[in-house]
Amino acid sequence: MAGHATDKIVVRNLNAWYGDFQALKNINLSIKKNTITAILGPSGCGKSTFIRCLNRLHELRSDAKIEGEILLDGKSVFNMDPVEVRRKIGMVFQRPNPFPTMSIYDNVAIGLKLNGVRDKKALDRVVEDSLKKAALWDEVKDKLNMPGTSLSGGQQQRLCIARAIATNPEVILFDEPTSALDPISAVKIEDLLVDLKGNYTVVIVTHNIQQAGRVSDYVAFFWMGELVEFGKTAEVFENPKEELTEAYLTGRIG
Amino acid sequence: MKRARGDRVFWLLAFFSSLSVIVMFTLLFYELLSNSVPIWKDGMSFITGMVWDPLKGLFGAFPFIYGTLLTATFAILLSTFLGVGIAIFLSEIAPSSLRVIISSIIELIAAIPSVIIGLWGIFVLAPFVRDNLQPLLQHLSFIPLFSGKTLSGLSMLTAILVLTFMVTPIVAAIAREALLMVPEDLKEALYSLGATRYEVVRHVCIPYARQGIFGGVILGYGRALGETMAVTMVIGNTPSISASILNPGYTMAAVIANEFTEATGDVYLSALIGIALLLLLISLAVNLVGRMIVWKWQQEG
Ligand SMILES: Nc1ncnc2c1ncn2[C@@H]1O[C@H](COP(=O)(O)OP(=O)(O)OP(=O)(O)O)[C@@H](O)[C@H]1O
Ligand SMILES: [Mg+2]
Repeated sequence: MAGHATDKIVVRNLNAWYGDFQALKNINLSIKKNTITAILGPSGCGKSTFIRCLNRLHELRSDAKIEGEILLDGKSVFNMDPVEVRRKIGMVFQRPNPFPTMSIYDNVAIGLKLNGVRDKKALDRVVEDSLKKAALWDEVKDKLNMPGTSLSGGQQQRLCIARAIATNPEVILFDEPTSALDPISAVKIEDLLVDLKGNYTVVIVTHNIQQAGRVSDYVAFFWMGELVEFGKTAEVFENPKEELTEAYLTGRIG
Repeated sequence: MKRARGDRVFWLLAFFSSLSVIVMFTLLFYELLSNSVPIWKDGMSFITGMVWDPLKGLFGAFPFIYGTLLTATFAILLSTFLGVGIAIFLSEIAPSSLRVIISSIIELIAAIPSVIIGLWGIFVLAPFVRDNLQPLLQHLSFIPLFSGKTLSGLSMLTAILVLTFMVTPIVAAIAREALLMVPEDLKEALYSLGATRYEVVRHVCIPYARQGIFGGVILGYGRALGETMAVTMVIGNTPSISASILNPGYTMAAVIANEFTEATGDVYLSALIGIALLLLLISLAVNLVGRMIVWKWQQEG
């Protein structure tokens, strides 16, 4: 299976463990550049584990093990420095998690500062730019020095998105970014995801079938650590090839 | 009815236990104050007095205040450095098998009776200071801090090292607890921005845990200020004020323990009790300032 020219990430024979428990079994799929790929599946099927393998966060757990190949632009991420991988593949977590000891400004700027950017003007520009992209600028521009945790849950999550895009990654992983939010905040973030698609490759884990239908171009359906079905969202939703997928989409299992 | 009565009994019990602590503390304070009245007649000159010579009737407490603050402060600085380092190693770096071993060793050290640490100080540390550290620091003797020497190795430096050994486990254990409370997803959030482990510790773990770490430091400082046995065994018990930590010294706790039973005369006795009062006040002040700093951090969010 040679990677297509527009494949941003290619996953081959990926297996992942927590101790003796195998959470991912032989996953193969390709994620296309500048698309949104949704990862669907019931709780505990390995969705988070999967995206945490992509940016090598999985390996931080002391009992974690990983086998197989993940290519980013054709290069194995396992041959790259994890720091470099994570600069290219950003992440937004399920629970909004701004750094509580940092201001709104610093939450967005920290990634750049770690990359060695010291120029105040450049930082100001990127912070403003990222907050605008995350549709948060107007709400926080007058209180950039307040702690990041002083915002509402939905605002915090948009702050985390701004934080992730500030370092200008190529891929952004979202782990159920709206599951802790109210419907209005959720819609804002969905709109944002679609906006991001122009410049980034997006992978989003979600429990929400409608959400996957609204935002994604491709969808991968996981079941008990296995990839059951993968394809264009419209095709999979209209014509699931697998019995399990259909059962999940129609709400009979899950 | 029955439940309400149980509730009230519990409330009363809690109330009187808290009250009794306050009462006992007030009594202690009153006792120290009233028994040291004779020495306060000259007011501040007791505190600022440089000479302690009971035979001549000279009772200046400053050498002890100096020795206590100097040794405890140096010790807590070293312990903070070491203890936080150990805590970071234990919470972030060490493999879990090593964690258990090191944590138990630290708890073990914290449980050693101080007289035993004092013996270790006399038999191991003092000769080490005399034969190794003193010659080494001689090269720095142009700095007043390192300008003296002793033949026995019993010096303020030895006391500082003994205190560091006793206080580091306290700081390490509390800092470790605080670091373990740092939420995993905050650390992962910084890792996901391409941070190294050092950067995660520095920008996420330590800022998040700073209150707890600081609490451990304050507790350790209190312990270092009040430690008696081990210090008096290694500090040389000389009531002089020397800029050099290579010279012997004396501390407030040590002089009280050493001279209380042989103190003859009201003034002598009241001077020792006065020193006890000062030590209590210093410990309280350290605790209070610590609390205020934590409180200010909490206000800042
Ligand atoms: N730290 C861990 N240690 C051991 N097992 C784990 C750990 N994290 C996850 N697992 C197990 O791995 C499997 C996959 O977990 P994962 O978090 O990837 O599921 P998920 O699809 O993201 O579920 P959810 O939708 O509830 O978030 C689950 O069975 C889970 O119990
Ligand atoms: Mg999950």
